[in-house]
Order: sequence, then structure tokens, then C-alpha cells
Amino acid sequence: MFLMMLTPALADSSFEQLVQTNAKLISKSSSKTVGPVLNTLQQFGGAEAEAFLTNWQAKKLYFIKKTGQFVLVKKAGKAADGKKQMHIRNAITGEEIGLVPAKSVKQIKPNSGVRSKIAATLVPFQLNSNDPAIRAKTLKTLLRNIESSHLLPLKAAIANESVSELKTQMEKAYVFGMLAHGAEESEVEVAILSLAGDLSIDVRAALTPVLASTIVVAKEIPSEGNLARVITPGRTIKKADGTAARLNAIGRKDAELTDSTAYDMMVARGLAPAFVTRNMRDEALVASVMNGRVSSFSLDDLDNENARDTAYQHLVDRAAAPPLVSELQRQKAIQGAVFFALYNNPSSRVTDAARKVLNDIQTKVTLYKYLDLMLDALSLASIYFLAAIGLAITFGVMRVINMAHGEFIMMGAYTGYVVQLFVPNYTLSIAIAVPAAFLVTFAAGVAMERLVIRHLYKRPLETLLATFGISIALQQLAKNIFGTQARPLTAPSWLDGAFAVNDVLAISNIRIAIFCLALSFLGLLLYVMKRTRFGLETRTVTQNPAMAASMGINPDRINMLTFGFGSGIAGIAGVAIGLYSKVTSELGADYIVQSFMTVVVGGVGNIWGTLAGAAMIGTLQKSIEWFNPSNTLAAQTYMVIFIILFIQFRPRGIIAQKGRAVEA
Amino acid sequence: MSKLFQETVLVQYLFRNPSILIFLGTLAGVCLAVTILGEGFGLGLISTSFIKTLGKTLCLCIIAIAMDLVWGFCGILSLGHFAFFALGGYMIGMWMMFARTKIIVIEAAKNNVLPPTPAEISEAVGTQIFGVVGGAEIPMVWAFADSLWAQIAFIVLVPGLLAYLFGWLAFRSRVNGVYLSILTQAMTLALSLYLLQNDSGFRGNNGLSGLQNVPGLDDVPQSILSITFFLVSGLALATTYLMAAAVVGSKLGNIIRGIRDNEARVRFLGYNVESYKLFIFVLTAMVAAVAGALYYPQAGIINPTELAPIASIYLAVWVAIGGRGRIYGAVIGAAFVSLLSSYFTSGQAPDIPLGFATIIWTDWWLILLGFSFVVVTIYAPQGLGGFIEKLARQEKG
Amino acid sequence: MAPLLQVDNISVSFDGFKAINKLSFEIGETELRAIIGPNGAGKTTFMDIVTGLTRPDSGDVRWLGTNISLLKQSESQIAQLGIGRKFQKPTTFEAQTVYENLLMSLANNRNPFAVLAYRRSPRDEDRIDGIARQINLAESLDQFAGELSHGQKQWLEIGMLLAQDPKLLLVDEPAAGMTASERDVTVALLKELAQIRSVVVVEHDMEFIRELDCRVTVLHEGAVIAEGSMDFVTANQQVIDVYLGR
Repeated sequence: MFLMMLTPALADSSFEQLVQTNAKLISKSSSKTVGPVLNTLQQFGGAEAEAFLTNWQAKKLYFIKKTGQFVLVKKAGKAADGKKQMHIRNAITGEEIGLVPAKSVKQIKPNSGVRSKIAATLVPFQLNSNDPAIRAKTLKTLLRNIESSHLLPLKAAIANESVSELKTQMEKAYVFGMLAHGAEESEVEVAILSLAGDLSIDVRAALTPVLASTIVVAKEIPSEGNLARVITPGRTIKKADGTAARLNAIGRKDAELTDSTAYDMMVARGLAPAFVTRNMRDEALVASVMNGRVSSFSLDDLDNENARDTAYQHLVDRAAAPPLVSELQRQKAIQGAVFFALYNNPSSRVTDAARKVLNDIQTKVTLYKYLDLMLDALSLASIYFLAAIGLAITFGVMRVINMAHGEFIMMGAYTGYVVQLFVPNYTLSIAIAVPAAFLVTFAAGVAMERLVIRHLYKRPLETLLATFGISIALQQLAKNIFGTQARPLTAPSWLDGAFAVNDVLAISNIRIAIFCLALSFLGLLLYVMKRTRFGLETRTVTQNPAMAASMGINPDRINMLTFGFGSGIAGIAGVAIGLYSKVTSELGADYIVQSFMTVVVGGVGNIWGTLAGAAMIGTLQKSIEWFNPSNTLAAQTYMVIFIILFIQFRPRGIIAQKGRAVEA
Repeated sequence: MSKLFQETVLVQYLFRNPSILIFLGTLAGVCLAVTILGEGFGLGLISTSFIKTLGKTLCLCIIAIAMDLVWGFCGILSLGHFAFFALGGYMIGMWMMFARTKIIVIEAAKNNVLPPTPAEISEAVGTQIFGVVGGAEIPMVWAFADSLWAQIAFIVLVPGLLAYLFGWLAFRSRVNGVYLSILTQAMTLALSLYLLQNDSGFRGNNGLSGLQNVPGLDDVPQSILSITFFLVSGLALATTYLMAAAVVGSKLGNIIRGIRDNEARVRFLGYNVESYKLFIFVLTAMVAAVAGALYYPQAGIINPTELAPIASIYLAVWVAIGGRGRIYGAVIGAAFVSLLSSYFTSGQAPDIPLGFATIIWTDWWLILLGFSFVVVTIYAPQGLGGFIEKLARQEKG
Repeated sequence: MAPLLQVDNISVSFDGFKAINKLSFEIGETELRAIIGPNGAGKTTFMDIVTGLTRPDSGDVRWLGTNISLLKQSESQIAQLGIGRKFQKPTTFEAQTVYENLLMSLANNRNPFAVLAYRRSPRDEDRIDGIARQINLAESLDQFAGELSHGQKQWLEIGMLLAQDPKLLLVDEPAAGMTASERDVTVALLKELAQIRSVVVVEHDMEFIRELDCRVTVLHEGAVIAEGSMDFVTANQQVIDVYLGR
């Protein structure tokens, strides 16, 4: 009866008439009843309907209390009697009606359920909107959630769409729609197969619900139903495509069903008696305590599992408690039943197709993830290379161990920060910071060589300690000046974006920049050491200072400059590393051990070796993280252990130098 | 009879080495004075917290002796001995924490109707100890944590084994000099990273805490506990000193000094240099571990930051400032620098106003220490010990 | 004279430079042998190979006393077999006394634990005294090795080798930097040493070798070009060309 009353009246004369005949349903809408009205309005179509629906959705629609006529309002000044007034006009035709007291109109406030229904009704209108931005916005919502009623208008819109990019998006949305609401198996199958090879996240999200499944326990596997997988409790895991995979001994804690959840399912289905947990048993025992005893047992004796089980058995024998199910019995019960999952979608044609497409996509995704890992490793290697390259000169070429190298990196980063304080333009400030950092750390390096290292050339272990003293002092100095909190070194905005290949693979610009910087450092260094007079003299001095001196080279000057050069490069690396992470006084200390490892693993005294070392350590760390992504600490631990072992077996690094009596 | 004989041998030995006698006498004097002046058994003029500082300093002297043996005498600049020190602390800390938690759990369970089963106790202990790192099960490495004797054995066995494995690998492949130093630092880094992990079984960055309470001795006041630990540390220092003096004075002492000065030559004399290095490395690792096991109950807490590379460098600093290659030098250096350090970093030192800025020692002490270390390395490589010997020689001649 | 050490066709190269090129020769028991050759002839590399410091790329070095290949032994094992080496630069332990230097060299158990438990015995004291007299350092036993004169250091090093009691002694330029009188003492010492063991002397100083009056092997570019008495090799045209003629 009631329903009859609410059925919308059809009117074929004008939109206004149509609306006014359904006035009650519109002004007192609820999400349950509004559907038919919306259908009617949608069928009527046209700009009038779209405008009306949009106003309704936006809570702009009012009606005159007396007549029920829909109006739009505009606030006006107060009347002479002090009452509020409003300008009103016809909501459909837009024709001015005049000034009325505010109390004579009432706003229509559709609730959120109604509003989302209105939004769905508006979709076909928006899909045909003249503004591509509106069409794109609507498509975005459709790609996430499409209703069956959208399929037809969408199909129509595809035919009319002129922007090719939007057209492909629309086609994709249509396919998603068919996936979710397709009536015919074959239609759905075709839709699924058309998605093959698409790596975007929304495709995977659309395919996953098709393969949703429900776990069932039974005496045996039924012949009907679309079987997804057979589950062995404690042994199998669910794959993304709904099938099962066996676990190895290590991964068993991740099993889809544990013994206890499996047994609980059996209990819920009435296939097995309830399991009495240790807690339940103990509660039963406590509940039955009388005069400090449970049955014939003294409480003091119940301090072990066996005694408690025996006491409980007494309760069971007196029928005061449900019987215990032993672990063995539970195992047997579990083995006597079959656990399996059925696809929610009954059509095996559909699920087969979805499985095939999804698996193909997954394979490709995995491939791209490997590629992404390699790129990650490459950029980590670039960072290590940058951090270690200065050391490759001071330690590798000069054989001076400088534990304050990390603090030179830090100094470079802080120089960048200070420059940014004065030069607000990020691009310009970085362009100034790089040479500034070089100069600052070059000067620091020269000062350190003159004041400290010069006195210790014959005593490497003491050099290590003295430079560590400097490292401690510099770190504390930075803390005193800049405080303990991290300081920002902001990259210019053109470094913020990422180069996206697809939804899986994206390389951030800053990583590309760091990689390029590492490459150019390598080039610069090779050029300086192999092609310039300075490089030649450096090599001469390190190989035979006495001979070099006799040839008119001033070893003091060369040592000083070489050390300054290595330190200066550390400063530039500091700017790059500061862009990548935050600038703190511990920035350098975080890299120092890894940097030495990089040089030593690569082979001391060889710039290519440093490159090889950085590549190896970067790849290694990322590969270990790949196996255990949640635990980067573990990755670092294993990496350091690996390096220690590596040095045992190749003490002179990847690219070893050979010579007579190297050890003597 | 034979005991009397041994005693006379020891007495003879001491009189042949007056420096040992002087050291032991001084140490005994300090211990006696602190006991008399301190709370607990004496007059109460020295606070319990300062006694703890002194006790910890004695432990640092022990590890400094170990460092001197391995670096000053054998030439291996190990930056890993603080790792062994911390491991020793972890080993005893495991027992202290486990046993004490167990006592608390059993105490709490007295209100339950049913007496707890062993499984329930270990579950409750597990939740208590590992709740902070999201665990409840007691990890495998704690299997013997209930047994004091097992953990005492582990204090030397675990660091000893680690030192043996590491040393065997490193010495076998002839890694030496600064390479070895960096490698030992890498070992320390790896260990601290491992301990930092929540699932390592050592409570991640929380470390072990509440170690100032000795299980079963809750009624004993801290003042007595601390003076007892202080005296035990003093005894351990005396023992370590005697042992180190014996090693250095033996023919093995000649060999390791030979290795320090010219490793290849020792090899051509037919000595297997690697096994000597390994012997000293493992021995000193064990000494360091014992020192750590005495130190952390006085510190009350141990966590992976104790293994920071800087700690091992401090150790080298103490030995260098005290004077390498002299056992008493290591002790003096460790005592002097660590006491000075705790004076400056505790905020007791007065600030120095310079007009334009104020020197706040908690901020500037590290800078002073860092630079003074540079000065010592360059201008006084023999450290305080060298200075004392110079004075002694001048007096004689 | 039964052979003691057999060098069989060894070659070694460093970064393409052939330091030793198919070198073969033998040294007999209780033989005194001099090896001469210009710089870079491979004299020191040859010693490095015999003492285990450098591994050759090919060939074999056999110790005929026990018929084992030295290439599989470590430096310390080779030294324990009975091969002693005196370096070009005197290498004593300068921070330790003459007595301690000799004590370390004495042929005793080299195991660390045995060394730790070592107690001085009258037998060892006598042996050290004897050696000290032999090398003219009996008065300087308590002096630090670093305080000795250059020549005394050379003798101390020879004394250390004696204490090791080797079957074969490799001596690298023993006369370098010695005064004439010190040199004469050294010649006598080496001759005396060769009475009961083999001694190989590598030397530049032709006078010194002439005084040793022994069999001479001439090396050039890592290979033997002549071998025989001093007079025989100095008459060899190739030797004159590469070495003496200059």
C-alpha cells in the first residue's frame, strides 16, 4: 500500500511538471525511496535535469512551504519588521519570483546516502559534459567503483568521446563494469582477457574481487562449487589468485589456517566437540575449588600440567565439565576433515580467465620490481660511492686513514644549509653550495694535513686515533653550533618529481641526479689522477717521496693539496647526501664505516675498485632487504658480516694490486 | 705445605717487581679508604652514587689493561673490545633480569588460586621481559638465563668464542694495521646493529635494565650492594693486573712485543704469529667481558648504544693518554680520563663566562677531549706513563 | 755432498715483470754458497720464495731433509724446518735486550701455551752465553738491541739465527755498511757457521765474496747464468757483460 503511494507519478509534459508531481518524494527523500524518482529524472535527461540534480545534491534546493514549489534562494536584507527575507526564483526555469520572508521557505537537506545516489544519477550527465575536466573527474570515481546502471551511459559516452586518453580510461572503466556486473559469462571473460598485461594498480584491484573466495570445512570436497584451493592447516598459504601454495618449514607460522583456527571452524560447523583451552580448564578447576581442594587434589599439587589435567578429568568424570580434547585428538579430527575455499564467483570460466590474467600481470610486476630493486641498489651504490670517493684519494692513494672524513661530509652538508639561509632560491643556492662546500672542506683538509697528519705519516695507527679525536671534536662542535635537531637542505622543486615508467616502476629525480653526480665524480677523479700534472705528481709522491723530491716535486705541497682535494670532494658529496637525507651532526658518522668498507672491499688505491666496492655493497644491501623488507637493521647487520667475511677471503679487495713483498 | 710454597713464590715475585707491589698497595689503600669513607659500611662521607662511579671506573681500568695488552704490547689496535665488554654485561644482565623477573612473577602468582605451572611462569616472565619489543616467548638465547653459573660461564665463553672466530678469520688472512682496526670496528657495528633489532632476543634498543637490583637480595640496601661491587671490582682489577704482569713478564711477553715491533721477523724465527695474536685477542676479550659483567650491574642498564664505535675509541684514548706498553699506564689513563669525563659531563664543572659566549662544559668537554687527544698523539706518544718514567729517571740520575 | 734444498724450475712475475724465470739449482748440506747478480736479478725474490713470503707462479722448492715442498708451508713452519733468514737491513727487536732477542730465537717449543709457561733453564742460559761469546756480545746481554752499533746488530742477528739452530742459513748482504775489521770478523763467522750447516750468502761486494772462497752462483734476469768457483765465474764472458764489466 505504502509503496504504491510512493511510486513516482509519470508526467510527460514538462520537466517542471514532472518535478512538482514528485515533490513529496524529493523534499522528504530517503536513500531507500529516492531511487525511482532519480530514475525518472534521469530518463527525462537534459540540462534542466542535470542542473536540478546538481542543486539538489549541493543542498541548494528550497521549497515554498505553502505551495511546495522548488526554488533557489539568495539572502536579502531584513524587512521593516526586522524579519529576515530572501530573494527566490524558480529552481527549474530560473524565473525570479520575488522577496519573501525567510521563514516561508525550507531547505531540502538530502542525507549522504541520498546524495551519493544523486551523484550516481548525475554520472551519465557528467560523462557527456562539455568540460573534459568534469569528464575526467567522473571517470576517476567510476574506475574505483562502477555501478551496473552506469554501463549503458558509459558505452554511449565512449562513442562520443573525442579525447583519446579519456577514451581509453572510459574503455577501462567499462571493462571494470563488465567485470563486476556483466550478465553473461562470456562477456565477463572477454572483459577480463582484455585487461591482460596492464600493470596499473586499479586493474589488479578490479581483478582481485573476482577471485575472492570463502573458506569451508566439510567431510569431503563437494562436486559442485567453483573450487579455489584445498587448504592444509599449518602447511599452505593463500596466493593472490586464490590458489594455495605449500609453505616450507620456516614460513609455517604464516599459514592461512593454524591448527587451532581450523579446529575452531570444525567446532563452529558442529563437526567436532569444543576444544578446552588451558585457560578454560584452569577456570573450571578454580570454579570447583572447595575447602582448598579440587575433588581429591590439594591445590598445592596443581603446579604442573599433568596434575591439572588429571584433576580436570575428575571433573569430567563427574560430568561437571566438558571433556578435554587432547592435542592428538585435535590433530586426528583436523586430518579427518577437508578444508577448502570456493570462489565466490560460481563460473570457473570467469575465475580461470581472471587467474590467468592476474598471474601474468603478477609475473610482470615481479619483473619490474626486480628492475626497481636494481635501480634502488644503483642509487644506494651512488650514495656509497659519493661518500667513499674522497676516501679513495686520502686513504686509497695517500694511505692516510682519516676517521674525520665523515665529518667533512657533514661540513659540506652544513655549508649547503647555511648557504640556503642566505640564498632563498633553491636552484641558485645549490649551485653556490657545491663550490662553497668544496672550498670549506678543502681548507679544513689542508689545515688538518698541515697541523696533524703531517706529523704522523709513519704512524698509521696514531693517525687513526688522532683523526678520530678530531672527528669527535668536530661532531660536538657542529652540535654546539647547529643544535641536535636535523636541519633541512631543500632540493629545488625540479628535483622533487619522479620519472614514472608505470605503476610499479618510478625513479625519483633526486636519485637520477645523485647517480649522475656520482658518474661525473668518477669522470672528474679519473681525469685529475690520470691526465693532469697534479695527478701525476700525487702518484709519484705516494710511490716514492724521496725520488719525487729529487725530481723537483715538493712532496709537502703535493700531500697537502691531495689531502685537501680528497676532503673537498667529501664536502661536495656532503651537499648531495644532505639533499637526500636530513643534515645532522651524525650525518658523517653514519657513513664512515661503510665508506671505509667500500674502499677496502673495492681494493685500496684504485678508483675503479671504489666503484666496484660501492656497487657490490649497494646491491648486496638492497638484495638482503628484498628478502626481509621489514627489517633494514637486519640487512645492514648481514651486510657488515658479509663484508667482514669477504675481506677474509680477498684481503686486498675486488681489484687487488700485486707487487713484490706487499706485506713486508 | 705446597700452599705456603706458592705464597712465597708470589711474594718473591712481587718483590722482584716493585711496580706491581706499589700498584697493589695503592689499590688496596684506595679500596680501604673508600670503604671507610663510604656509605654502607663506613662513615658515609662518600655518596653511594659516587661509589658506583668509582666502581665503574675500576672496571674501566680492567678493560684498559686488556686494551693495553692487545694494543700496547701486541700492536693490534682493536676497536672491538668494547663489544666484548658489552657482551659480558649482556650475559650477566640476562641472568639478573630473568631471575629477578621470575621472583616477581612467582610473588605475584601467590594470589592465584592455582599455583603456577613452570610453563605459566616462563610465559609470564617472557611477557614481562619481552613485552616492550612485542614478544612474549622467551628466545632461544635465554635458554640458560635462569642459571647464574651458566651465565657466568657465558660471560667468558660467548665473547671468547666471538673473539676466537673473528680473530681466527682476520689473522689467518693476514689482515693487520689499520685494516684490522676498521674490521674490528665493523664487527662492533654489526653486533650493535644485531642487538638493536627487536627480534634479536636482547630487547632491541631498550636493552636490559634494572640491573642495579641483584636477584634475591632485594632487602640489601644499594649502599651495601654498591660498596660490595666496588670491592669485587677492585679485587678483579688486582687479579687482572697480576695476570697481565705475568703475561707481559713471561717469554710470551717478549714474543708479543716482537710481533708489535716486527711481525715478519717473529715469523722467520719460527713462531706462528697468528696463534699468538689469537691467544692475546681472545684472552683480552675475555678480560674485557669480565670487566663488563662487573660494570653494568653498577650502571644499572645496558643497551646497544654502549657498543657505539666511539666507546672503543675512548678506550684507545685512555690507554694512549696513560701510556701504551705500560700496564699501570693503562690504569692511570682510564681512571684519570673517565673520572675527569664524568666530572665534566655531569655538569659539576663550573661554566666559564667569556663575555661574548659561555663555555658550558657539558657541551665543550668532548671538543677539549678530542683535541687534547690529537695533542697527546703527536707530542706525547708515551702518555702520562712516559712522563712518570722520565721523572723517575731524572731522580735516579 | 748430499743436496739439502732443491729449487726446481720456478718462475714468478709481478704485474707482467718476470722476477724469476725458470730458476733451478741445488744447495748441498754444509755448503757455503754465494749468490751474486745485478739489481733486479731476483736474488731477494728467490729468498722470499724459499722462506715462504712469496709464492711462485710455477715450479717447486723441495726441502730434501724431509722431502717436502716448501710451497705448502707457512713462514713459521719453514723456519721451524730449519731455514733461517738474515735480512738486508739488520732486523732485531730493538725495544728488547740482547738476552731477550736470543732467548726468543732459541730452538724451543713454539706453541703459545708452552711459551707462556716457559721457565728459564740452566741449559738455555748456557746456550745463550755461548752464542753471545761467539758473536762478541757477551758483555752487552742486558743492553737494548736498539743501543747497539750497526755491526753489532748484524752480529746479534746472526746470533739469533744461530740460536734457532737452522740447517740452512740465508744471509742477505751481511757486509753492507760494515767497517773493514767488522767485515773480517763476519767472514770468519760465516765460514765457521758453514762447518755444520749450509749457508747461502747474497752479496754485492765482490771482495767479500772472494774472501768467503766458496762456490758462486750468478743470477741474471731471474735465471742462473754461471756457477762455479769465483775465478771460474769471473772468467765467464756473459757474467762480465751483465755484471762485472760495468
